[in-house]
Amino acid sequence: MASSSSLSLQTGRGAYRALVNRKKLVLLALVIVLLVSVVADLGIGPARYSMSEVILALIGSPDVSHQMSVVIWDIRMPTALMAVIVGAALSAAGAQMQTILNNPLASPFTLGISAAASFGASLALVFGIGLLPWAIEYVVSLNALIMALAAALFIHFMSQRRGVTVETIVLLGITLVFTFNALLALVQYLASEQALAAVVFWTMGSLTRATWPKVVITSVVLLICLPIFMRRAWGLTALRLGEDKAASFGVNVRWLRLETMLVVSLLAAVPVAFVGTIGFIGIVGPHIARMLIGEDQRYFLPASVLSGAAILSLTSVISKSIVPGTIFPIGIITALVGVPFLFSLIMSNRRRSW
Amino acid sequence: MVASLQLHQVGVRYGKQSVLSEITTPLLKGGEVTAVIGPNAAGKSSLFRRIAGLLEGPGQIQVDVGVSGGVCYMPQDTSVNTVLTVYESILLARKQGRDRKVGDEDLEVVDHILSSLRIENIAFKGLCELSGGQRQLVSLAQTLVRDPKILLLDEPTSALDLNRQVEVLTLIRTLARERDICVMLAIHDLNQVMRVADRVLVIDAGTMITCGPVEDVITPDLLRRVYKVDGRIERCSRLCPHVMIDGPATH
Repeated sequence: MASSSSLSLQTGRGAYRALVNRKKLVLLALVIVLLVSVVADLGIGPARYSMSEVILALIGSPDVSHQMSVVIWDIRMPTALMAVIVGAALSAAGAQMQTILNNPLASPFTLGISAAASFGASLALVFGIGLLPWAIEYVVSLNALIMALAAALFIHFMSQRRGVTVETIVLLGITLVFTFNALLALVQYLASEQALAAVVFWTMGSLTRATWPKVVITSVVLLICLPIFMRRAWGLTALRLGEDKAASFGVNVRWLRLETMLVVSLLAAVPVAFVGTIGFIGIVGPHIARMLIGEDQRYFLPASVLSGAAILSLTSVISKSIVPGTIFPIGIITALVGVPFLFSLIMSNRRRSW
Repeated sequence: MVASLQLHQVGVRYGKQSVLSEITTPLLKGGEVTAVIGPNAAGKSSLFRRIAGLLEGPGQIQVDVGVSGGVCYMPQDTSVNTVLTVYESILLARKQGRDRKVGDEDLEVVDHILSSLRIENIAFKGLCELSGGQRQLVSLAQTLVRDPKILLLDEPTSALDLNRQVEVLTLIRTLARERDICVMLAIHDLNQVMRVADRVLVIDAGTMITCGPVEDVITPDLLRRVYKVDGRIERCSRLCPHVMIDGPATH
């Protein structure tokens, strides 16, 4: 056999180390984009602050007025952080759904989880039906959460049946989208004018519902879920080489899929329950990450998280900038901003990414 | 410790339908190459998937692999749509079941496999950009990097040119001898079988026809019975037996 010493720096481990360093640089660039976006998000509103003013307020400078400090920390910070966390969670959920289902169209939105959440929320908004009657304060969010989890678990248990392929699961998800959209339309049809307006607004998705408790709950869910994925990074990457190949590497494919689907359900359902339907992040975040960094989950997952967070944060900035003084529902802006961005990325990317 | 594999009345069922039954072999030892031959859809891939634990069915599979290594299976389908480089995909295979950190030793092993299969030049190409033959070589590299003791290779050279076929099969045979690996190899080219295999297991329509030394099994009678062709066994200039096909079997 040939000796490994013949490998040059360009083809062997030296080139691999260089590849890894490039990926780390991409991650760093995404972090910088995210930080700039968050600072911009905090500065934009009825009262506009410059980047430097926002940074001074964030580091607790004595030069910052009490009023500005209250605006930044108590009013704008929950919304800005919610954009980051929801974007990160939906993008991570989309990334892992695409991984375990081996399908580029898989996301909480396309598999019916968001539609189920909308239907659950509409039950509370229109009829006052609470699936957990004792939690009045969070009745809309809890209804949305329960329906989203139910939809995710339904998809999962159907996927366990013999002969069910990943394509079947995606088709099943699409049928769920249509079913819950029809049920939502029925609820809207029966709703009073005022309740109808509330349902329509909820389904558009809005970060203005963010509060500190919601930010904390969503952050905790994210912080619990991400390490679970990271610990299974090699196995999840192997899944993308095909089920047989992953199994031949010793990956317990069935168990890994179950575990990932359960974690993804939680990760997708909680943000949707708090901020409504934000459809595009779960697809666009992972695709951008895949194009920038490839599918080694050790870098792909952080890149998905950062891409999703940055896109939603930038969208939040745009939603406040179009008409000064007006905040457009973020669900609308996400698609309007995300689609052209993804489109241009796909068209300019000569390498195949799916 | 030398690895070994023995099958006793092994079968595969999909629901109520039996696709493979009663496969029994003598003790297949490390260092030996056993070719699994038979017509298309005879059940060769199902047998490999059954041994690898991907399918269920009746019978006993006795595997003895000692303390290190294990059963490694290279599937026939090597198509991929993932955004990984060749190097990353081989490292990925190496790291399964090991710690997360990538050390110098891991990279050294990957470099060595790339050299052995002469695919260093495509190490940083994307998997989606490879030709069928290159994908097959990468898939083989992913299997070999796991330091197998029992190696199940499902048509590993079907997309390779003649030179690469000879080279890869020779490498597999050398590795089997040097590292005491027990190799099972599904392959259609009977001349390659006669060149590299120690033993042949013949399957047809889900049942075992015979299992034994190459020259005892590959005979004109077998060609007529299993492949429905007339042929002869002759020796080449290096005295290696070769199959000469005369044409479809006449009655």
